[in-house]
Amino acid sequence: MTLLEPADVPIAGIPAYIVALIILTLALCFFAFVMYRRIDLLRRGMPDPRFSDIGERIKLALVYGFGQYRQPRYLGAGVLHILLFAGFMILSLRSLTLIGLGFSPDFHLPLLTGSAAFAYEVLKDYVVLMVLAVCIICIVRRAVFTPARYDHPGGKGHGSEAYVILGLVSALMITDMVFDGSALKQNGAQGHALFFPAASIGALFMPEKGSQALNYLHIGGYWAHILVFFGLLNFLPISKHFHVITAIPNVFFSNLNKGAIKPVECGVDDWMELPECGVGHFERFTWKHILDFYSCADCGRCSDNCPATTVGRTLSPKMISIKARDFAYEHYPIFGAEKDRSKIQFTGDVVTGDEIWACTTCGACEAECPILIEYIDKIVDMRRYLIDQGDVPQSLQKPMQQIKKKGNAYGGSKAKRAAWTKDLEGVEVRELKKGEAADLLFFVDSCGSFDPRIQEISKSFARILTASGSDFGILGADETDSGNEIRRLGEEGLFEQVCQKNIAAFLERDFKEIVTFDPHAFNTIRNDYPEKFPIVHASQLMARLVRNGRLSFTGDYVQGKVVTYHDPCYLGRHNGIYEDPRFVLGRIPGIRLREMERSRSRSFCCSGGGLLLWYENEQERERMGEVRVKMASEVGAEIVVTACPFCLINLEDAIKTTGNEGKMEVVDLVELVDRSLGTHARE
Amino acid sequence: MDIIVCVKWVPDTSEADLAIAGGAKDIKKDDLDHDINDWDRFAVEEAVQIKEKVGGKVTVVSVAPEDAEEMLRESLARGADEAFHLWDDAFEGSDGYAVATILAKFIKDRPFDLILTGTLADDDCSGQVGGMLAAMLGVPNAVLVSSIEFLDRKVKFKKELEGGLYEAVEMDLPAQLSVATGLNEPRFVSIRAVRKVASAEIPVIDCGELGLDESQVGPQGSKIQVEEVAMPPEGEGAEIIGGGAEEAAGRLAEILKEKGGIG
Repeated sequence: MTLLEPADVPIAGIPAYIVALIILTLALCFFAFVMYRRIDLLRRGMPDPRFSDIGERIKLALVYGFGQYRQPRYLGAGVLHILLFAGFMILSLRSLTLIGLGFSPDFHLPLLTGSAAFAYEVLKDYVVLMVLAVCIICIVRRAVFTPARYDHPGGKGHGSEAYVILGLVSALMITDMVFDGSALKQNGAQGHALFFPAASIGALFMPEKGSQALNYLHIGGYWAHILVFFGLLNFLPISKHFHVITAIPNVFFSNLNKGAIKPVECGVDDWMELPECGVGHFERFTWKHILDFYSCADCGRCSDNCPATTVGRTLSPKMISIKARDFAYEHYPIFGAEKDRSKIQFTGDVVTGDEIWACTTCGACEAECPILIEYIDKIVDMRRYLIDQGDVPQSLQKPMQQIKKKGNAYGGSKAKRAAWTKDLEGVEVRELKKGEAADLLFFVDSCGSFDPRIQEISKSFARILTASGSDFGILGADETDSGNEIRRLGEEGLFEQVCQKNIAAFLERDFKEIVTFDPHAFNTIRNDYPEKFPIVHASQLMARLVRNGRLSFTGDYVQGKVVTYHDPCYLGRHNGIYEDPRFVLGRIPGIRLREMERSRSRSFCCSGGGLLLWYENEQERERMGEVRVKMASEVGAEIVVTACPFCLINLEDAIKTTGNEGKMEVVDLVELVDRSLGTHARE
Repeated sequence: MDIIVCVKWVPDTSEADLAIAGGAKDIKKDDLDHDINDWDRFAVEEAVQIKEKVGGKVTVVSVAPEDAEEMLRESLARGADEAFHLWDDAFEGSDGYAVATILAKFIKDRPFDLILTGTLADDDCSGQVGGMLAAMLGVPNAVLVSSIEFLDRKVKFKKELEGGLYEAVEMDLPAQLSVATGLNEPRFVSIRAVRKVASAEIPVIDCGELGLDESQVGPQGSKIQVEEVAMPPEGEGAEIIGGGAEEAAGRLAEILKEKGGIG
């Protein structure tokens, strides 16, 4: 007796191919309908042009999608995911073949014949075992060693769905093993264990060769596999595992304008005339942002790296995605009418003001997300709405008013913007009048002009520029706050005003490039300003001056102390400048550089710059700066070097409040360079 | 509920280097930025919140020079329904009494249930206009008011007393209340909100249109004459407390005890 194949055996008197056809049709129709409903909601989102630079997008899809580039940032989970993803890719051919086998016992995919088919069969059999093993490890890992990042602070999650999926995937593997194992048993082929390990293991559990039971298992295994397969396919778009389908498109359509904030509404010039500014209602999110919500797999890597979550603020980036997706699925159901949304305001009720204002826009979440989900633009869009409603924390209102009135948050008069230059000895700082020229335009920004502590960095930088023989000048009274935080706090109208003032001041002067030591100003001028100007950060300029032999250092100040470098968010994550500051540090004789565990793209924000210096959060247990100082003391740092004036302020405070005064000091890279200038350079 | 809010345009002296000018009768104001008196910002916000709760109309009015239109427009953006700008060169140099005269003349023939002002102004801290305006209009007045509520034709509110005490007061309408700061959380007024009211007309009304004689306003109509404005004499140097945390805390406690800061 030979084994009957699925296509040969009618089910309840109905020919198998008809059964296969019915299952296929029903499953695909249901899937298509669900997908149509999901895509329909995307179409109702706001426009967002994501079809430019197709080459770059394909690269992203290959690197971050198929290449799973970010997965190993969490090594254990990352490797498991890569194995599972590879398994899915490889077994997709197998699944297609199995569907075909319902129609004809001789079905095979084109090209997959002969030795290619044999090679694939062997590969497939190993992969089946691998995927099953990974599923079991994942189930145990989840159930027994639940990582903290799977928590759902301030909401409920979908952790149980993970077990459903892992269970279904395991069932797919097991039914495949039953299907192939029964065939192997029947054909009695021995010594195949090396080639077909999964089928061989399956065969171990099979009844006797030639038995009716074996045939039942062969046929039953097949149909069970088919049902599980289509069940899984249809479960994806209604669960957090939609990412299996949406992740690669999500990566393909991800944001290419790093460091910049999206316009209020894409394609609309006069946004001031819009009925609603920013995102108050769910449909005001762009279609891509809704796709982000679909795509989140609740892995929690964003929140695990979020400084706001770490210190106990109510913000958890992952919960924004989960709450938004729950809101979408509830109010735009697959079956039935849309739910009434008049009694619930997305921004305010679903995502609260406390969450929205708690974000420092440091970008740690975005740097971590394996599928490039965006958070900052969404936060800013929701802030734009709150700003428009006048709903802004009191602590932020005063500094914003000051910028509106005086062009800086400190309340200093415009006329005194260059006052810091007056008590510099032996250094002349030129205030460039309209029409005047200099090689470098030193953009001091409000902090460097008015904050007494940060004025020290301005002075140091002026000394460095002078020592290196650079021709430079400042805007003086014609300079206005760069507006980086104004824009990120959602006050777009005020941002437009300050940026236009600065652009006008730039255009009225003649310079080769702008230089600033404030990464926030650097970021917004480089990425947000509609008019582009060549701009470098002080660390880049100093690295260049060192390379050109125009700066040299002594070890007199550092004296062999242990130094650690804190990557500022707006220099590192948002602009990819990690090496220049380290290069400059490395040139200081006797320096002992030690990296903190969280450095470069994983750097830990010390609570934000610009206007966020004024922001008071009531929920946090400790200051972000304090957490960072502890990380620095873990590596025994005696000097913490940063390259951002706001980091300096936050960390200096934190050193005091953590009782590290006298044990540790924080300096700006500019100050350290100034204090380490070689004598010949000073002359 | 028809509410009229009187607001003042004051120089921002917080971060400025002050200089004496005008023959030692005033400070030099040319370089100073001006803004709405902070107390009055709370008054406008309170009026708008009342309107949002019980309905009605909010009118904002100020006796202030031309630049002050910005403040009136911001008040419209905050939610006021109309704004009036009372100005005439003859108003220059008006004291609290003269300003109250001008405001009373403007308000007299208008319907109102409530007049709100700030209790004090950030610049001269005289706290005169509210009370005098109430007297001129013949309505009751209270200062340092918070927690305003309405009951039929009465207004109920709290009034700050010394030592952190509150007095609960009930008053017949119409009435004039001078509000305390912090009685609400003023909303943020964005550039877009101001843009939305950019075309709203803010009538400027001069002395003649108000039906006032020039002798009733400005220095002539004032009851107070400033003799001299002077900088405070430089005080003794502050003591910088040195030493470790314990030592410094000990010294600080000592000083506070000595000066009566703590018992």
